[in-house]
Amino acid sequence: MRQRIHTTWSIRILSSITLLLIISANANAELLIRITEGADSALPIAVVPFAENGQIPPGDKLSNVVQSDLTMSGEFRALPPSKMLSLPSKREEVFFRDWRMLGQRYVLVGELTRSADKINARYELFDVNREERILGERAAASVNNLRSLAHHISDKVYEAITGVPGAFSTKLAYVTLDSFNGKPRYRLQVSDVDGKRSRIRLESEEPILSPAWSPDGKRLAYVSFETGKPVIFVHELSSGNRTKVADFPGLNSAPAWSDDGRSLLMTLSKDGNAEIYRMDLQSRQLTKLTNHWAIDTEPSWDHNGRGVFFTSDRSGGPQIYHMEKPGAEPRRITFGSRYNARPRPDSEGKYVYYVHQREGSFHIARTNLKTGEETILTRTQSDESPSVSPNGRMLIYATKQGTDSVLTVISADGGAAYSLPASEGDVREPAWGPLIR
Amino acid sequence: MTFSAQTKAFALLLSVGLFAGCSSTGETMEDGSYGSDVAAIDQDGGSTVYGGDDQGGISSSTLTEEERMAAEQQAAQEALRDITTFYFDFDTAEIKQEARDVLVAHAQFLAANPGQNVRLEGHADERGTKEYNLALGERRANAVQRFLIVNGASRGQIETVSYGEEKPAVMGSNESSWAQNRRVELVFD
Repeated sequence: MRQRIHTTWSIRILSSITLLLIISANANAELLIRITEGADSALPIAVVPFAENGQIPPGDKLSNVVQSDLTMSGEFRALPPSKMLSLPSKREEVFFRDWRMLGQRYVLVGELTRSADKINARYELFDVNREERILGERAAASVNNLRSLAHHISDKVYEAITGVPGAFSTKLAYVTLDSFNGKPRYRLQVSDVDGKRSRIRLESEEPILSPAWSPDGKRLAYVSFETGKPVIFVHELSSGNRTKVADFPGLNSAPAWSDDGRSLLMTLSKDGNAEIYRMDLQSRQLTKLTNHWAIDTEPSWDHNGRGVFFTSDRSGGPQIYHMEKPGAEPRRITFGSRYNARPRPDSEGKYVYYVHQREGSFHIARTNLKTGEETILTRTQSDESPSVSPNGRMLIYATKQGTDSVLTVISADGGAAYSLPASEGDVREPAWGPLIR
Repeated sequence: MTFSAQTKAFALLLSVGLFAGCSSTGETMEDGSYGSDVAAIDQDGGSTVYGGDDQGGISSSTLTEEERMAAEQQAAQEALRDITTFYFDFDTAEIKQEARDVLVAHAQFLAANPGQNVRLEGHADERGTKEYNLALGERRANAVQRFLIVNGASRGQIETVSYGEEKPAVMGSNESSWAQNRRVELVFD
């Protein structure tokens, strides 16, 4: 049985909870996870360590990964295994009274079995109050892919409880910056949403900006300065093949994919001023969508793929605009302050997220597209590059901690969840990948 | 550039300001004879016309007042060209009043040396969004390009590129750092 939980987030800093969940000794500029804040309304769940049959690879335990996934969402509070009274792995072993006594709403149990080069998982999720099983599944993954199996289970548990698909199996793209041999080293990387299993996709001494996922998750478009100026590339992740798709005089920037993956919105200034174009990737044909003396940039398709959000300073400073369809007269969306930029709509057409300046600080804010109501979501300053998770529940953005750039993930209505600093140097320009079914 | 050259440039910049007084603006410096004087000297490739070395060849007694004025102006013009970075206010691409004489000197130099090219690199401070800042850096470079063209340089000599907020001149998240990072740099080949 599925129930939808409407969580009301109270944004209270639980300053005592500063868990350093995963510390990477890897010098490969891996991301760390710091859960800095939680919501009071987080649902208590017990993720019981899974029983193990046969040789299960050492390393992170599957249940630990599930537990940290659910905790990172900010919507769950996981019971430490040390406080559990028993470690059941199937229904017959679950004593609901014990779990009720421990204040738990949900209990996840399961077992892992090794067969040849596969790990098979059998798991069940119980609602403690109703004493009911709300999820039961078998799933398998190759031996070296235990984390994927864990993220899959997290997705299923999240969906069974909240009614919204989990996004723990999705990927992040981001750019790290450190120094190597006295020169800047920019690296475009792809990792799991918890920052683990990062892989470097491009390394350059020149800036890399604005990674954007194709809807099928197989390609990234981005801006690279490797030729001395901003040029848009499309990069196929499996093969590593790269195609230079826009190298016109002036700016070639801000790529954004269409839903069908066949075209890119982009900002070009080949005619002397920053305008938004749509490029058909097959024919390379360009259609100009804006024509104004102002800066028009940072385009993004709206939720139904018909209209376009973008930033323009036609009113004197950067503000968010929306065109009902390409070429239509833009409507201004933001009025709350003199600087609002880089719109990212959710997938349902309810909100648009963007960078908002107030009293000298830059925050992430969102506007309700129906009511026009604006809410500031972050208390950090110098916030940039918001990217909405594909299930619309979370938001990742770049901000500063001291002098370092870090990534921070918050729930889409502002409850803070965790930050992803790099083990050294800066990390910026996060892009949350699509749900792959 | 050496420290002494910079000091000299600064001193001359001050003296030009005082010397020219209220009559010296960007417009008056476009005066034809003045421009040709600059051209003649620069074509010689000379950079020490008024270097301050007290060598026997030139004595004040043999220099007419006009020659002295011309030489002084030429030297001042060159000293102006030692300045190659121009600063902007937040979210603007307006060329500041104090940058104009220097940019005119650069424009005159480019006009007199058609084979000389220059790259204008536009930058923004770290505040705001990266892509908007990329466009803002370009707008700043374009503003300088237009100013140079209006004052005699030709379009073919000038290339522009924007780095947005990606290449700060100084690190730091305060107004003094930001002010130094909102800039256009002239890079001569």
